Amino acid sequence: MAELVLMKGNEAIAEAAIRAGCRHYFGYPITPQTEIAAYMAKKMPKIGGVFLQAESEVASINMVYGAAATGCRVMTSSSSPGISLKAEGLSYIAGSDVPALVVNVQRGGPGLGGIQPSQSDYFQATKGGGHGDYRMIVLAPASVQEMASLTIKGFNLADKYRMTSMILADGTIGQMMEPISFEDAEIEKYEKPWALTGHENKRKHNIVNSLYLQPDALEKTNFERYERYKVVEENEPMWEEYMMEDAEICVVAFGIASRVAKNAVVAARAEGIKVGLIRPITLWPFPTKALRAAAVKCKAFVSVELNMGQMIEDVRLATECKRPVTLCNRAGGMIPSPDQVLESIRAAQKGE
Amino acid sequence: MAATSILLAGFGGQGVLFAGKFLAYKGLSQGKQLSWLPSYGPEMRGGTANCSVILSDTPVGSPIITEPDVLVAMNLPSLQKFVNSVVPGGKIILDSTLIDAKVERDDIEVFYVPATQLAKDAGFATLSNMILTGKVLKEIDIVSYEGNKETLESFIPAKKAGLIDMNLKALQIGYEL
Repeated sequence: MAELVLMKGNEAIAEAAIRAGCRHYFGYPITPQTEIAAYMAKKMPKIGGVFLQAESEVASINMVYGAAATGCRVMTSSSSPGISLKAEGLSYIAGSDVPALVVNVQRGGPGLGGIQPSQSDYFQATKGGGHGDYRMIVLAPASVQEMASLTIKGFNLADKYRMTSMILADGTIGQMMEPISFEDAEIEKYEKPWALTGHENKRKHNIVNSLYLQPDALEKTNFERYERYKVVEENEPMWEEYMMEDAEICVVAFGIASRVAKNAVVAARAEGIKVGLIRPITLWPFPTKALRAAAVKCKAFVSVELNMGQMIEDVRLATECKRPVTLCNRAGGMIPSPDQVLESIRAAQKGE
Repeated sequence: MAATSILLAGFGGQGVLFAGKFLAYKGLSQGKQLSWLPSYGPEMRGGTANCSVILSDTPVGSPIITEPDVLVAMNLPSLQKFVNSVVPGGKIILDSTLIDAKVERDDIEVFYVPATQLAKDAGFATLSNMILTGKVLKEIDIVSYEGNKETLESFIPAKKAGLIDMNLKALQIGYEL
C-alpha cells in the first residue's frame, strides 16, 4: 500500500497532472481553484515544465490549444466565470480534435456569482458551453482521491479519443483535505501521428485547424467526430452504485452532493426505507444504462444537485420518464443538508 | 465504529485552520479516515474563519458538519453562530478570555478555557489555538494524545521546525487543564 498523504483537492489535481506527464500549465487565477496554479507555479520550474500565468482566460485556453497541437499533455484550470471566458477556445480545441485537460472548480453563478461551491455549470460542461456540435468527457470527482485519479484518467481519455476531458469539481472538493495515495496511477501512452512536431522533410506536414469553408468537408468532420463520440458513449461511462441491490428509491447525485446524499441514504435505511444511490462519475458520457436498469426496479428517483435542476434532465432522459423524478437542491453556493435529502427520500417513498 | 466531528471557529489569524490541520494529521498518523474542510473566501481576511474536521473509523460521508460533536469557539460571534448546532450530549470548548458569555444550554458540556490568557502567561501569545486543541484531545476518544511531536513534524516545514516545541507545550497546557 502506497503511503497516504493529506492534500487539498486542488493540490491533488496538480500533483496528479504532473505524474500523468503534464509539463505545460497555462492559467489565470480565480477562487476557488487557485491552489492548482500555486502548486504548478512551485513545481513546474523544478521539473523542467512550464507554468505560465496568462494575461487572461482567453489567452490561457489558446495557449493550451497551441501546446495540445504539438501532442504534449497540457492543462488549464479555472472556476465558473473563467470557464465561460474559455468557451471559445474549448470549441476550437474540439473542432481541431486535439487532446487537453480543463479543470472547472465550480462556484455559484450566474454572472460573477459568489465563490462558494456549486454544480451549476453542469449544462455548460455536458451540453457544450462553446459553439458548434461537440462533446467533452466530463469527470465528476467526489473525493480528493478521485481529484487525483480522475485527472490521470482524464489525460488518458483525452489522448485516446483526441478530445477535451473536463474535471467538473466544486469549491468543497477543491478546498478540502483527505488522505490520498498515488499508487494506482496508470499512465497510458498513445501515438500522436497528427501532432505538429516538425516534419523534417520526412513526411507530409500535419495541419491542426478548425476552419473548413466547404460545408461538405465540415460536415464530414462532424460526422467522423460523432462516430468517435459514439465509441466514448459505449465504452467510457463510469458510475458508482451504493446500496442499490434491493433499492425501491434511487437517489442520483454527483460530486459533493453525492457525499451528502450518502449520509441521507444511510439515515433513510435506518428508518427502513429501501433506498440506494447511483453516483455518475462521468457526466458525459452519462451512465444511461445504469439509470435505465434502475428504472425497472425502482419506483421513484431523487436528483440531488447544487443548482436549479440540471442533471435531472439527463436522469429523466435516461429513465425515459418511466418513473417520477424529483429534485432536491440548493443553489448559489449553498449545500443541501443530509436532513433535506432525507426529507426528499421520505417524500419519494410516499409517492409525493 | 466511531466518528467525531469537530468544528473550530474564530477570527481569521487565530490559527483555526492550523489547529484543524493538526487534528487532521493526528488522525492520519493514527490510521483514521478523515476530512478537513476550511471555510474559504473573504472571511479569511480578518473576519470569521472556521474549519470542519471529521475523524472516523469508517469512510467519511459528507465533509460538511451541520451538527458538531465538539465546537471550539475562539470568539463570541463564532459561539453565537454555532452554539445551537452542537449535537445534544456534545461539547463546547471556548476561549473564556475572549468570550465573556455563558452557554445557556444544559444538554451539552461546556469547558471555559482562558486560552488567550494562558498563552500569554506561558510566553507564546499566538498559541491559544493549540491550548484549546490540547483540551480537545483530552475530551475526544477517537485519537490518543501520544505522538504529537511526530504529527507536528510531519506537516510543519523544516524552516519552521523551531516552533514545534512551543506547540507541544501549548497542547500540554490544554491537555492538563
